[in-house]
Amino acid sequence: MTHVSLNNLTKIYAGADVPAVNNFSLDIPTGRLIAFLGPSGCGKTTTLKMLAGLIKPTSGKIHFDGEDISSVPSEKRGAVMVFQNYLLFPYMSVGDNVGFGLKMRGVDKKVIQKRVAEMLELVKLPNIAKRRPSQLSGGQQQRVALARALITDPRVLLLDEPLSNLDAHLRDEMRELILSIQKDLGVTTVFVTHDQEEAVLLADDIALMFDGVLQQYAHPVEFYTRPISEKAARFFGGVNFIPATRTNNHIKTPIADLKFDAQYADKAPSGDVVVTIRPEQIELNSNQSHNCVQGVVQSRIYVGTYTRYKIALDDYEIEAVRSADTFGQIEEGQSITVHFPEDKLWVVPATDS
Amino acid sequence: MTTKRSPLVRVLHYLAVTVLILALLSPLVGFFINAFAFRWFYPQLIPQEITFRAWENIADPNSKVIEALINSTIIAVSVTLVSIIIGLPAARALGLYQFRGKTIVEFLILAPTIVPGIAVAIGLNINFLRWGLAGTMLGVGLVHLVPVMPYVVLTLSGVFANYNPEFEEQARTLGAGAIRTFINVTLPAIFPGIVVAGLFAFLVSWGQYILTFLIGSGRILTLPVLLFSTASGGNNANIAAMSLVFIAPAILILILTSRYLSGSSSAIGGFGKV
Repeated sequence: MTHVSLNNLTKIYAGADVPAVNNFSLDIPTGRLIAFLGPSGCGKTTTLKMLAGLIKPTSGKIHFDGEDISSVPSEKRGAVMVFQNYLLFPYMSVGDNVGFGLKMRGVDKKVIQKRVAEMLELVKLPNIAKRRPSQLSGGQQQRVALARALITDPRVLLLDEPLSNLDAHLRDEMRELILSIQKDLGVTTVFVTHDQEEAVLLADDIALMFDGVLQQYAHPVEFYTRPISEKAARFFGGVNFIPATRTNNHIKTPIADLKFDAQYADKAPSGDVVVTIRPEQIELNSNQSHNCVQGVVQSRIYVGTYTRYKIALDDYEIEAVRSADTFGQIEEGQSITVHFPEDKLWVVPATDS
Repeated sequence: MTTKRSPLVRVLHYLAVTVLILALLSPLVGFFINAFAFRWFYPQLIPQEITFRAWENIADPNSKVIEALINSTIIAVSVTLVSIIIGLPAARALGLYQFRGKTIVEFLILAPTIVPGIAVAIGLNINFLRWGLAGTMLGVGLVHLVPVMPYVVLTLSGVFANYNPEFEEQARTLGAGAIRTFINVTLPAIFPGIVVAGLFAFLVSWGQYILTFLIGSGRILTLPVLLFSTASGGNNANIAAMSLVFIAPAILILILTSRYLSGSSSAIGGFGKV
């Protein structure tokens, strides 16, 4: 149970011009499950390793429960990392792997044995202590790696791409296991991922990083409804972006003047902006009186669970996602009324590429 | 080896192996017979009498074989240990990291295998005389490191090229300090490589004649040095017996470590391929 805070953490690798992690500050409340999300090379793993004490920050501090642990060596930090490729020690049995952390702490052999059995039970792999890691499947190795980390009662659990090496069906199973264990034990957990869907499904809060800089740290919902930038929106699958100018609850775009929900007016950027809306929030053939634009259906793609439309609005093209059964009702080339619900519209700064 | 081959290829294969084994073993057979032969002259195919006289000769303290055996062992074992202790960090750097001038460093480490030992020895001898190292065990051991290091560093850097240092990071976050990490994680992974490198180091040092002779100034008597002077003496039985004493430890070590030598085993593998 540890409250973690990162203060102005910066890492510049020797010989590098740009920092791998730049002035990164973050507060992780006790027992939360946080995702560091970003494309590869964005500094998320570097940040994770700084938390683990495996990489020394160029500057900045890390606090666990208010105590500065920046100079505490990795082995005394209690921040245990589970690596992407599990890294089970190949010449040790599964049981010895799981018990490794306790053995290093000089715990009595009998106690270790008991705890190993408990931990393997926890990850739902009882009775495999005698086996060799090479006899296990990838998913099983991952669980053993998790058990090996948890046996030490870590202050912070760090998971590097915990699901990326697993098959799709194992991934769901593993995600649920991580989630239930994390909630049971209440251990403050940080995991790194490049997959926004994984982050959304697993994390309490997501820290989005680009180029070593923290972009947005918020609940998953925020990234869909109120992204910080066009780049952040695009990372979460946003596709509709139209340049605009905003004054209060009024948005002026080349295709239409739109009304903006007043409740978000003071949180959103104003002046030159880009207006955005999720494809699944756009309504078609609506008879609303405002925020409606006439467009022409360019193409439609039937995806089974939904239908995806591309609609031309003058010089701009937007994408709308509607339920699958609209497929028969809307034809290509058809003229259509597109409604942007005012509470679903959002604006991001225009300066973003 | 599992693919089917034509009978001709199979016959050639076995023939080649047989020739190779004979070529390697026949000199040893000659030594073996000679070492126990008493007055073995042409045209006798095998000796008419067996004797242990040669063995009594070399066991006699006057022959200095025991002294030479002890010296050789002390030098070869120390050189092996020291070469691995200084070779490990170098090999780790070469195997794991990219850095400017790496090719030059690799070339310089290989250089002693190209430069003739006698050139090195004559050059070093002047300085070793000045430093009082000439004619000492320490001096001989140090000069043995010159031909030994390339083998040790190259073998070990091969190990580290397949080694994943994240295993060490994993151990650290699980609570193992630097020393425990080395003992529990690094060492088991690189141990087979250390055995092979140690074998090379031991054999290169064990067989060293010219460097021992020059730097030892004739005062440090090792088996090769003694063997050379005995060989010029002309007693075949003594030469053969001494030769067997010379090669026995080498063969023994080779047999003990052979399981680490097969190319297909994960022996020199680190953990990388897990």
